[in-house]
Amino acid sequence: MNTSMIRIAVACTMAVAASAANAEDKVVNVYNWSDYIAKDTLAKFTAETGIKVKYDTYGENEELDAKLMAGKSGYDVVFPSASPFFAAQVKAGVYQKLDMAKIPNAAGLDKVVLANLAKVDPGNAYGLPYMMAATGIGYNIDKVKALLPAAPTDSWAMLFDPAVAAKLKACGISVLNTPIEGVPAMLAYKGMDPQAQTTEALNAAMDGLMPLRPNYRYVHSEKYRADLANGDICVAHGYVGDLVQSRTRAKEAKKKQNIGILIPKEGAQVNIDMMAIPAAAPHAEAAHAFINFILRPDIIAAITNETGYANAVPSSLDKVDPDIAKDPVIFPPAAVQAKLFTAPPPAPKEFDRARTRAWAKFRSAK
Amino acid sequence: MRVAGPRRDWGRRLVVGLPFLWLALFFLVPLLMVGKISLSESRSAIPPYEPLFEFADGALVTVRASLANFILLFEDDLYVGAYFQSLTIAGLSTVICLLIGYPMALGIARARADRRGPLLLLVILPFWTSFLIRVYAWMGILKDEGLLNGLLLALGLIQEPLIILNTDWAVYIGIVYSYLPFMVLPLYASLEKLDPSLLEAAADLGAPPWRAFLAVTLPLSLPGIVAGSMLVFVPAVGEYVIPDLLGGGDTMMMGKALWDVFAQTRDWPAASALAVAMLAALALPMALFHHLQGRLEGDGRS
Repeated sequence: MNTSMIRIAVACTMAVAASAANAEDKVVNVYNWSDYIAKDTLAKFTAETGIKVKYDTYGENEELDAKLMAGKSGYDVVFPSASPFFAAQVKAGVYQKLDMAKIPNAAGLDKVVLANLAKVDPGNAYGLPYMMAATGIGYNIDKVKALLPAAPTDSWAMLFDPAVAAKLKACGISVLNTPIEGVPAMLAYKGMDPQAQTTEALNAAMDGLMPLRPNYRYVHSEKYRADLANGDICVAHGYVGDLVQSRTRAKEAKKKQNIGILIPKEGAQVNIDMMAIPAAAPHAEAAHAFINFILRPDIIAAITNETGYANAVPSSLDKVDPDIAKDPVIFPPAAVQAKLFTAPPPAPKEFDRARTRAWAKFRSAK
Repeated sequence: MRVAGPRRDWGRRLVVGLPFLWLALFFLVPLLMVGKISLSESRSAIPPYEPLFEFADGALVTVRASLANFILLFEDDLYVGAYFQSLTIAGLSTVICLLIGYPMALGIARARADRRGPLLLLVILPFWTSFLIRVYAWMGILKDEGLLNGLLLALGLIQEPLIILNTDWAVYIGIVYSYLPFMVLPLYASLEKLDPSLLEAAADLGAPPWRAFLAVTLPLSLPGIVAGSMLVFVPAVGEYVIPDLLGGGDTMMMGKALWDVFAQTRDWPAASALAVAMLAALALPMALFHHLQGRLEGDGRS
């Protein structure tokens, strides 16, 4: 987000260049989240297909959305989160229908996940799942133990219990900067319906969040990855895949940090990131080839190994590093899975506006 | 001597007209586009706002414009608060830049002529590195286990690391650091022109150095102060990157507020309305500044 201005400039240049180029050029313009692919994926794709990959990254769904809604982004494959972003973009006519004949590997996708996605994209016509993860809490085991030996390391109480937050404040707590994560999490902690999109539910969540704000070091969706790994913060509300990356980095850091990850027992939100092709994609043919390549079990297994995010291709599991395949926060056991819930659907405009304002007030409260 | 005739007239018009054309093309037209969007309503399509004018058979059929987006801005004090916080942060940063930049500029202006060039180069040198990288470097310096805390702890000056990063302190440090050169350069330009014989005269008349500074140097450098302050204040008001990277999210400046409406609510018309309103609200302090500058330049001439 911080570099969004620069990225927008880059994207504009790319868009111009892309539209000028021959549509049959052997190029695919991919726009993905940062740190969200294996190191050799792109090189392998180019080696096998002869299609070059122009790869660009973003840090927030909002960045992608702004470019797509402006039209002619110049990108061929993008990775929006299923709900509410992808759902709203499908409604707005941003994407083209996928030609499944060109994506034979899609047959290997988990039917349960696809059925879940069909709720926002009937018939899975416009997008296929890439990676998925719950939202949970990462914490520095030693620092938390020093401040609060009986810390509730299985619950949202780590973030939302005023007494706990006041104690852990000393070593630094961070919260994701989006009401789409913060509000459902607070509702789950309070035992309410986390997907409720009513004024009462919003008020209840904000009443819980507001007084906690002084305990939070910052409200940001990217900084926590590095800060948790380096020991600059000790409790982070974050996407499990990111937290897994933090945990790995923390082990390699000069000053080793011992990071734990928890999926709260009250239930947590699951985000599925999609692969989709914008309607105005200049290289739709290459885009289909790219999506098909990604869904190949050995390729997607390598991405899961690298990123710490779960994928929706069951036959890739035997190629996934056993430590990751067995990791209960990456591939949660059935008991935990039963408590997971998907992100709320696109909200009516008035509710959306009220929620954004309430969140801005929370974030900027002193 | 008078050179009359239409040819010269045309030449002059061209010279004066070019900047106007530039401004019209790259400032006025985009502004009108934003203004147009601010009067429409958001929808779920590309582009995500309703057209203001509807045409059928080449004729204008309907015009739909509404001020609802502007009224929504004042529903509560969120955006008014962001406006004042932006002014406060930019204003205070400008004052700090002035307090640090003035002695620097004076020092360079009074240095030996052959040293001024290298000293000025040192002021400009940071621009050779990307702005973003420099801000990231400050994150490394200011964080809990960063360079600054490491140094202070090693010296025994503090027992617990200072929490600076992700607070307003870090935002001020970032802004002052980033914009200091913009203060120093105009100040140097006006201080360097200052005739040293004026100071000698003041000394001859018995003025101690501080008196000579207040009575001679300071008033004569006022145009530099105003120019430098504007160069710092204006971009600092709209600063987005520094509060985002160094602040804790509680620094609600206008850039952040705008991004929220634009990206989180995905409401382009409301974001455009906010942008137009902020521009209008900023024109006020700017006009004041400009007026002050005009008066000072007028004084200088008389």
